[in-house]
Amino acid sequence: MDLTPFYDLLVLGGGNAGLCAAITAARTGLSVLVVEAAPIDFRGGNSRHTRNMRTMHSGPLDVLSDAYSEEEYWQDLLKVTGGLTDERLARMAIRQTEAHLPWMKQHGVRFQAPLGGTLQLGRTNAFFLGGGKALVNAYYRAAEALGVEVSYDTEAIEMAIEGGRFRSATVVRQGAQHEIRAKAVVAAAGGFESNMAWLREAWGPPADNFICRGTPYNMGKVLKLLLDKGAKQVSDATQGHCVAIDARSPKFDGGIVTRVDAVSLGIVVNKHAKRFYDEGEDFWPKRYAIWGRLIAGQPDQIGYSIIDAKSMGKFMPPVFPPLKARSIRELAVALEIGPAALEATVEEFNRAVRPGTFDHTIFDNCATEGITPPKTHWARAIDTPPYYGYPLRPGITFTYLGVAIDERARMVMDDGKPAENIFAAGEIMAGNVLGKGYLAGIGMAIGTTFGRIAGEEAARHVRG
Amino acid sequence: MSAAKAVPLADLVAEAQRVLSICNACRYCEGYCAVFPALERRLEFSENEVHYLANLCHNCGACLYACQYAPPHEFQLNFPKVLAQVRKETYRKYAWPGFLASAFERNGLVVALVTAASIALALLFAALFVDPERLFAAHSDAQGSFYAVLPHGAMVAVFGVVFLFVLLAFLMSFARFWPDMGADATEFVQPQSFSNATWDAAGLRYLDGGGEGCAYPDARPSFARRNFHHFTFYGFLLCFAATSVATIYHYVFGLKAPYPLWSLPVLLGSLGGAGLLIGPVGLLWLRLRRDPELGDTRQDGMDIGFLALLFLTSLTGLLLLAMRETRAMGVLLAVHLGFVMALFATLPYGKFVHALYRFAALVRFHIERKRPLPEIGSE
Repeated sequence: MDLTPFYDLLVLGGGNAGLCAAITAARTGLSVLVVEAAPIDFRGGNSRHTRNMRTMHSGPLDVLSDAYSEEEYWQDLLKVTGGLTDERLARMAIRQTEAHLPWMKQHGVRFQAPLGGTLQLGRTNAFFLGGGKALVNAYYRAAEALGVEVSYDTEAIEMAIEGGRFRSATVVRQGAQHEIRAKAVVAAAGGFESNMAWLREAWGPPADNFICRGTPYNMGKVLKLLLDKGAKQVSDATQGHCVAIDARSPKFDGGIVTRVDAVSLGIVVNKHAKRFYDEGEDFWPKRYAIWGRLIAGQPDQIGYSIIDAKSMGKFMPPVFPPLKARSIRELAVALEIGPAALEATVEEFNRAVRPGTFDHTIFDNCATEGITPPKTHWARAIDTPPYYGYPLRPGITFTYLGVAIDERARMVMDDGKPAENIFAAGEIMAGNVLGKGYLAGIGMAIGTTFGRIAGEEAARHVRG
Repeated sequence: MSAAKAVPLADLVAEAQRVLSICNACRYCEGYCAVFPALERRLEFSENEVHYLANLCHNCGACLYACQYAPPHEFQLNFPKVLAQVRKETYRKYAWPGFLASAFERNGLVVALVTAASIALALLFAALFVDPERLFAAHSDAQGSFYAVLPHGAMVAVFGVVFLFVLLAFLMSFARFWPDMGADATEFVQPQSFSNATWDAAGLRYLDGGGEGCAYPDARPSFARRNFHHFTFYGFLLCFAATSVATIYHYVFGLKAPYPLWSLPVLLGSLGGAGLLIGPVGLLWLRLRRDPELGDTRQDGMDIGFLALLFLTSLTGLLLLAMRETRAMGVLLAVHLGFVMALFATLPYGKFVHALYRFAALVRFHIERKRPLPEIGSE
C-alpha cells in the first residue's frame, strides 16, 4: 500500500481502542491511517484475546441480567485498585459503557449470553460473540468500509513532537522508513508486556520466568517514545494484570486457555514443596488476578497446584493435561520437586483440615486449623488418588505504566499541560484508571471509552 | 485437485482431541452453534464423541476466523478443517456394506465412473431392446411417449431394487452410528428431540455463523450458502414429491406419464428442477471460492461430484420436459434416467450421507441438551 504522507488523523495501534478512535473520526469525514505493528493474522493487540466488557446498566439488557450501577462499578474498581485510580476518568469510563453497546452493535460487534463457566459475570460483563478477535475483525470491516486505511506490519520508531504538538511520525514497513504527517495522532499502541528486556528492567531477573499471555507485539515502543518526549507518566513498570498460568504455556500469545482454575480446590506449593498463601481466601473469580504476583514472589517464580481425584472435573478444564500419579511421592517426582518435602507438606495440611461441609459455590466451613498459611475455605484433605499437579508461572497479560491523559483523552505533558493534538487510548493510558489490581472486562471499557473520546476530540481539533 | 496428504485415522482422532481440548478451555465460540455447547459437556473426547461432534458441525466457518489460536498461531488450531476430515472417516467407518467404504476415497472419480456406467447402461438397454424407429421417433404426449421407448415394468424393477438397496444401506449405517453416540434406539424417536432436530435441519439453523451468516466462502458473514443449500435441499424434496405424486397417479388413478405441463408432477418437478439448477450452481460457485483453510481439500472431488450430479440430473430432466415431443426424446430419456440412477446408487457413498449423520447428531444434541450441565467452578 502506498503510505500517503498526509492524513487528518494517524492512529498508532490497531486494537480495540485504536479502532474505536479510527471509526469515530472517520465517521466525521476525517482521513485516517491506522498503523498496526502486527501482521494481519495477529492484528488487534491484546484485544484479540479479550472476551467481554464490564458494562454499567440500570436494568436488564439482552445480554446482561439485572442492573449494575455506576456506584457499584466504581466501588468494585476502588476495591481492586486500593484507591490507585483517577476517579474522574474512572467514572467517565464507567458511565459511558452502557452507551457503548448500541455503538458496538452498529459497527458489527455481536454479543452473547455469558460463556459456560462464567455465569458469575452475567450481570456485570457483556460477552462478545466469538470473543475479542471476532470484535476486532468486525471493527476492521467497519473501519475499512468508512475508508480508513490500515498499514500492517508497520512500526512507529520516531515522533516529531514540539511543545506538545505532534507533527509527524516515522514508521518502518518492510525495512523501509516512511514519514507520515497528520493533523492529530491517537496513541493506542498498548503497553510493553511483550518486551522482556523492559520487564527485566522493572522486575529484575525474575522477569525471565514470566510468560506473556498476550500479544507478542506490545513492545512498548510508542509508550517509550512518548515518555521520552515529555509525556507525564502514570503508574509504574511493575504494575500490570498478571495471573498464574500453566508453566507449559507458550512464551507469548497463549491467551485464555493457559489459565489454571484448580487453585482454590487444592493446595499450591513452591519449588521447595512449601505452601505460601491461603488458597481459599476468596472465590477464585475474585482472586485469580493476585496469583501471578504471588508466584512471581516465589523462588524461581514457579508454583504447583495440587489436587486429588475429588476435585478433578470441578473446574474449567485447562488446556494442558495435569501431571497425574497414584501417590504424592510419585506426583512430586513427576513435578520434579522434593518427594519427601511434598509428602510432609500434604500430611501437615491434611492433619490441619477441620471437618466441614464442602461447597465450592459458597464460603463454606472447610478450613484448616493450626497451620501457616491457613486455608480458610474449601479445605479438604488431599487423600484420594489419583493425584494431579499443574505447574504454574506468572502470566503477564498487560501492563499499567502509561501516559497521563485529561478528560478529553489528550495526553498530558510533564508540565501538567495537555498536548494540543496528541490523544491516548487503551492500555497505553489504562494506568490512569487502573493503578494496580484488576477487574475482569475493564480493559475493554477503558479502551472503548477513551478510544471513542480520542476519535471525537481528534475530529474536533482537525475541524478547528 | 487435492495435494494434501491423507492423515491416518489415529492421528486424526488425536488431532481432533487436541483441538477439542483447547476449545473446551477457551469457549469463546460457544454462541456460534451446537458443537461448542456439546463439547463443553465433556472433559475428555473418545473417538465416538469426536465423530458425534464432527457431524454436528455444519462447517459454517465462523469459529475459524474468530479463533485466536488459528494458524499461523503456534497452536495451529483449525476446528472446521479437522472436523471435516473426521466426517469423511465417519462416512467410511459406518458405510454399509463395509467394502464400499473405499468409495469415499477418490469419491469424485467413483461418482463420475458410476454416472458414466449408468448412462452407458441406459443407452445400451435402449439400443438393444428398443426398436430404433421408436427410439428416434417423435412421440406426442398422448402416445405415452416415455413408455414407448423404455417399458414401464423394466424401469420400475431396476429403480425399485436400487431404491430399496439405498434405503437399506442408510438404515444399516444409521443403526451402527446411533449406538456409538451413546444413545438408545428409543431415544431417537422421542418426539421433542426429533422435532427440534427436524426444525433445525429444515431451516439450517446452525448454518448461520451465530446469526449473521456463515463465514463462507471467506471471513465476511453471508447467508449465500444457506440460501443455495435451501434451493438444493427443497429442490430435491420437490423432485422427490413429483415422483411420488406421479407414482400415485400411475397406480391409483391409472394415469400414464408423461403428464400435462400444468399437472402436479410436472409443476413440482419443474420447480424442484429449477431449485436443483440454482442451488448446486450456487454452492459450486461458493465452493470454488472457498478459503482452503475452511475445509478438507481432499474432499473436493466428493463435494463437487455430488453437486455436478445433482445439477446434471436436473438439467437433463428439464431438457427432457422441453423436448419430449421431439425426436431427441428417446436418447434424452435414457441419459436422464442414467443420471437419476447414478444419483440414487451413489447416495449412500457420497456427499449426500452428510444429511444422515448430521440429522442423527442433531437429534443426539437435543436429547443431551435436556440433561443438566456438569457442575464446574469458574474463573
